[in-house]
Amino acid sequence: MICEETKRALQKLFPADEVIAETPEEAVDDSEKKAKKPVPRANGLLERDYAVHGYHLDAQVAADQVVEAVGILDKADFFIESITGVDWIKDNQLEVIYDFSRYDFDLCRVVIRTRVDRNNPEVPTITEIYAGANWHERETHDFFGIKFIGHPHLIPLLLPEDADFHPLLKDYKA
Amino acid sequence: MSSPIQLKPDETFILNVGPQHPATHGVLRVKMEMNGEYIVNAETVIGYIHRMHEKMGELKTYPQFLMNLSRMDYLGALGYSHGHVLVVEKASGIEVPERAEYIRAIMVELNRIASHLFWFGAFVMDLGGFSPLMYALQDREHILDMLEAVTGSRLTYCYFRYGGLYNDVDDQFVASARKFIPRMRKSLKKYHKLVTGNVIFRKRLEGIAPLSKETCRKYGASSAVARGSGINFDVRKNEPYSVYPEFDFDIPVYHECDSLARYNVRMDEIEQSLRIIEQGLDKLPGGPIMPEKKPKIIKPPEGDYYQAVETARGSFGVRLVSDGGKTPYRLKLRSPTYSNMHLFDESCRGMLIMDALAFMGSLDLVIPEIDR
Repeated sequence: MICEETKRALQKLFPADEVIAETPEEAVDDSEKKAKKPVPRANGLLERDYAVHGYHLDAQVAADQVVEAVGILDKADFFIESITGVDWIKDNQLEVIYDFSRYDFDLCRVVIRTRVDRNNPEVPTITEIYAGANWHERETHDFFGIKFIGHPHLIPLLLPEDADFHPLLKDYKA
Repeated sequence: MSSPIQLKPDETFILNVGPQHPATHGVLRVKMEMNGEYIVNAETVIGYIHRMHEKMGELKTYPQFLMNLSRMDYLGALGYSHGHVLVVEKASGIEVPERAEYIRAIMVELNRIASHLFWFGAFVMDLGGFSPLMYALQDREHILDMLEAVTGSRLTYCYFRYGGLYNDVDDQFVASARKFIPRMRKSLKKYHKLVTGNVIFRKRLEGIAPLSKETCRKYGASSAVARGSGINFDVRKNEPYSVYPEFDFDIPVYHECDSLARYNVRMDEIEQSLRIIEQGLDKLPGGPIMPEKKPKIIKPPEGDYYQAVETARGSFGVRLVSDGGKTPYRLKLRSPTYSNMHLFDESCRGMLIMDALAFMGSLDLVIPEIDR
């Protein structure tokens, strides 16, 4: 129920796009898969198979749409589960992943993700909407060096206070 | 009972609680700006025992990383391993035999009781009562002995394998688990008589540190912190995994939102875990504990997978990003206490320092689990 509503609300972020149903694994030929050079996913909303991936909706948005997308989830009473990053060094991009879930029995897990340039990773903060995002964003800044614009207190949280390195970047050498 | 007072911001001083302080139960520091006995502002400083488990996850192969999970939360280690093996099994399509899942559930629940017992003892000790800790440790000892006989370790278990278990349970374990259930029920009655009804204990907790539903949602609180604030949320029920749908158990929810409600939730959870263990032992099917077909090398196909489980401390989530290699491309460990602790800063403003310490105890902190 709530999944349908959230899907419709998030869909408005992507004008003219249809919801792309996930292509079943069998449909893609193995050799074809290997031959194709993997390209980074385009922005859009995907419906995922919960039994396989563990979440229902997967929205990739532009960095300046994050606040709007998270605002939609806040209005629909989602709680914030976590924020994290992934370093896609081959695409020269950093990905920020926001996880949301629900307290009621209307199970719907939503993942919001955005990809930013690896050399200048900047994403607007969502601490104004979810106060609990504060630590999660600081942690992501620690590990990946992603700057959350507008964050009230973006100093190292888990790393030493004078840390100037970002250990989860793939080119980090200890 | 703490009440908002007229604070004069120019008369404050800074008080450091921790990093070495018995009330924080680990290496945690809270920088408190005080006005007399009242807290004006607080800033939690964490990361003193940060070990970068997530980087280790990227560097080690899947089986090598199994032992790291129990080093995250040393009181309820099995729940954390459960989340990890479930997400890898889901990603690689490994089927787990029914017997293995039942044993996993029984073990996780035993571990949950052990964790709650330790919390109970330590929490009452924070409030000035020493002997409940000794009683609680005595009961916990029985659980540790049982777990040691099967898993081989007492605290940092590495018992679950991808697809099953390292060791099957024997008749002796089943017998001692059956013997433990009535014993624990008797002890629970004793605890309630000894502690729950105690007037000093109640005065320290009733109405202290109210957490609204909205605060819980904004911070992503789970476990007894959310359930003490009237939120009926337990991953075992909301997002059923493993064999939990087979069991008949309730989720204790209290609506008082105070520290006492969080205490009551955990105490009731012990009884619910006993019910699960009882049913699990009755239903325990025969058969193998490892699947017949299992890939020799764990290499989940490319993709992004998430799995949440209910550990003793709340909703623990594992995000696995795989590129099809022998090691994960990214492994995110979502720690429940991290979110529960985060709301402390905002909620303790205007509180008496002694109330704040009782509040901190009611959050059930395990610092290595926050810092990872």
